[in-house]
Amino acid sequence: MGLLDKQFDSSNIVVTSLDNLLNWARLSSLWQMQFGLACCAIEMMAASASNFDMMRFGVIPRATPRQCDVMIVSGTVTLKMASRIKRLYDQMAEPRYVISMGSCSNCGGPYWEHGYHVLKGVDRVIPVDVYVPGCPPRPEALLEGLIKLQEKVRHESLVKKKSA
Amino acid sequence: MSPQEILERLTAKFPDSAFGIEAKLDAPVDPFIKVSPQHIIEIAQFLRDDDELQFDFLSSLSGIDLKGKLGVVYHLSSLPKKHKIVLRVEVPTEAPEVQSVESVWKTANWHEREAFDLFGIRFTGHSDLRRILLPYDWEGYPLRKDYQVPEFYNGMKVPY
Amino acid sequence: MSEIITTPPVSSTGRTLRTEEMILNMGPQHPATHGVLRLELVVDGEIVVDVIPHIGYLHRCFEKHCEHMTNYQQVIPYTDRMDYVASMTNEFGFVVAAERLLKIQVPERVDYIRVIMAEFQRIASHLIAIGTYGIDIGAFTPFLYCFRDREKILDLFEMTCGARLLYNYMWVGGLSHDVPPDFIPKAKEFCTYFKPNIKELNDLLTYNEIFVKRTANVGVLPADVAINYGCSGPMLRGSGVDWDLRRDDPYSVYHKFDWDVCVGKGEMGTVGDCWDRHIVRAREMEQSVRIIEQALEQIPEGDVHAAIPKRIRPNPGEVYARIESPRGELGYYIVSDGSATPYRIKARSPAFSNLSVINEISKGAMIADMVAIAGSIDIVLGEVDR
Repeated sequence: MGLLDKQFDSSNIVVTSLDNLLNWARLSSLWQMQFGLACCAIEMMAASASNFDMMRFGVIPRATPRQCDVMIVSGTVTLKMASRIKRLYDQMAEPRYVISMGSCSNCGGPYWEHGYHVLKGVDRVIPVDVYVPGCPPRPEALLEGLIKLQEKVRHESLVKKKSA
Repeated sequence: MSPQEILERLTAKFPDSAFGIEAKLDAPVDPFIKVSPQHIIEIAQFLRDDDELQFDFLSSLSGIDLKGKLGVVYHLSSLPKKHKIVLRVEVPTEAPEVQSVESVWKTANWHEREAFDLFGIRFTGHSDLRRILLPYDWEGYPLRKDYQVPEFYNGMKVPY
Repeated sequence: MSEIITTPPVSSTGRTLRTEEMILNMGPQHPATHGVLRLELVVDGEIVVDVIPHIGYLHRCFEKHCEHMTNYQQVIPYTDRMDYVASMTNEFGFVVAAERLLKIQVPERVDYIRVIMAEFQRIASHLIAIGTYGIDIGAFTPFLYCFRDREKILDLFEMTCGARLLYNYMWVGGLSHDVPPDFIPKAKEFCTYFKPNIKELNDLLTYNEIFVKRTANVGVLPADVAINYGCSGPMLRGSGVDWDLRRDDPYSVYHKFDWDVCVGKGEMGTVGDCWDRHIVRAREMEQSVRIIEQALEQIPEGDVHAAIPKRIRPNPGEVYARIESPRGELGYYIVSDGSATPYRIKARSPAFSNLSVINEISKGAMIADMVAIAGSIDIVLGEVDR
């Protein structure tokens, strides 16, 4: 990546690998699905509002799954909702990423024991790239999770298979 | 009006024992009036339309599992008169049928659907008695005390 | 995801004219349903003929959890998670109910702190309601203004109990901690800072020409329908009914303060339209600031842990206590069988009843107005589904 940002002031030629270029483009504009589930959605809104400003990382909320790169599962996934989440995930174009935000979508959270209608972890229906712990995670924690996802995207390769 | 006066007015209007009016006014915190599940709608109608009572606001309608019996508890309040009363009906678990009060207070529509969903209490005369919170293909009534959590729902494992 | 159904052909001017009703699905993933609400709209062209709400996508089994807790205090974190936009008021309702069941009288300082927290929470909740309502209508900027001010309230909460959103602050019989020493000056500072901002917000959004055009005369809810459907809070007051549990069924120390109940008057259109519900929220924030200022002046000294019982074992009995949450009448029905575990807890959530009226008020509206109507109800799905 060092190559990219240094080269512009002297000449217009950039020498980099295709992997690096694609990853750089991808990680700098991770469009997020505007989709809130529960309590964590409020913290997600706070993260994209004034004080935390998630857009500075290139994360723009989009209302349709077809324009999105990353789905932030923000809150408790119930059994009734799980099939809808799966469908929304299927509608997203590849490459697609999932951030599981908060204890509920990581593992069921406080509802793990008696929640007869709660899915104990969204990773039972869709693959998850980054887990953000907390109940609810602070907006800073979500931003940290986002940076972790960017790190992951940065090291992807066209040749090697995606891990998730 | 105090619960005592409300009870007197009710018994004056419905003296017949078929209405099953039975009060527990010395209950530790909230007094309640027990009525018959077959006549709840007439009593509800009277409570709403009587000039002295004017119970125009159904705060809450809750189901309750009384072990062997199922109950429905109505919390009524009156906006103009600022008084409150609690009604209660009890039905056997094997045949839980209660008259719907949806035609009196529309609030009851969703609350009765919820009681049906979670307790399996059937409200006769309800316009649209479907499950409301759980999926339509859910089996069992989760808030009954003897409910067993299913192992799988649509291929998804339910217990942790 | 829409499915077209055909109605029998309608004959007009001799020729067979076919008109079709269409079912349009709105949600559960929709940016303007404030969560996971699904509305099934039956539309005739642009006109909404029928609305069938489907809820339960966030049913988290609150009532089942309560029956498995070994202690009444353990229920409080779950009440937080019901109405996650106004956690403090949810705890408030539960502790009021439990204290009435246990016949506990809390120290006066506890009551004052609770009222201050609940009113701050009301402001924070209304800020979210107004901000997201602005987004629904098409104004993004007020959202940022609202969240700027909300963060300041959250800072005050965080300073008090360490959490931003879900607090577990009010306990049965008291509070988890007293407020820190610099809370009161900071809270006063916030009140002075916030008062001009309400006017700014009103100038920006409430009296904006486009906003008024989108909300006035839309989704009119007549007072008798509102009462019959069990609507409460700003929904009921927006229809011109002067009813507020803080005044009409007093709990805690609200009777000691001087404040007004705001009702909708139909200033921009009909009484009970979306604009009225919005303005009730905006004006309630001013009244909340008034209550907080008085409470901060009068707050007595005392020990907030004095009345917390060591063991909570209420006598067999039942209680229904209700408080005025930002969305309306929040009631808890608690049944005790004499053991430490609650036998049954039912939460009567205001948004549940408020939402049930949506079919009544949106018939004949345009599809675009559905967003305005759904937003003006200010639902929190965590509370609708519990």
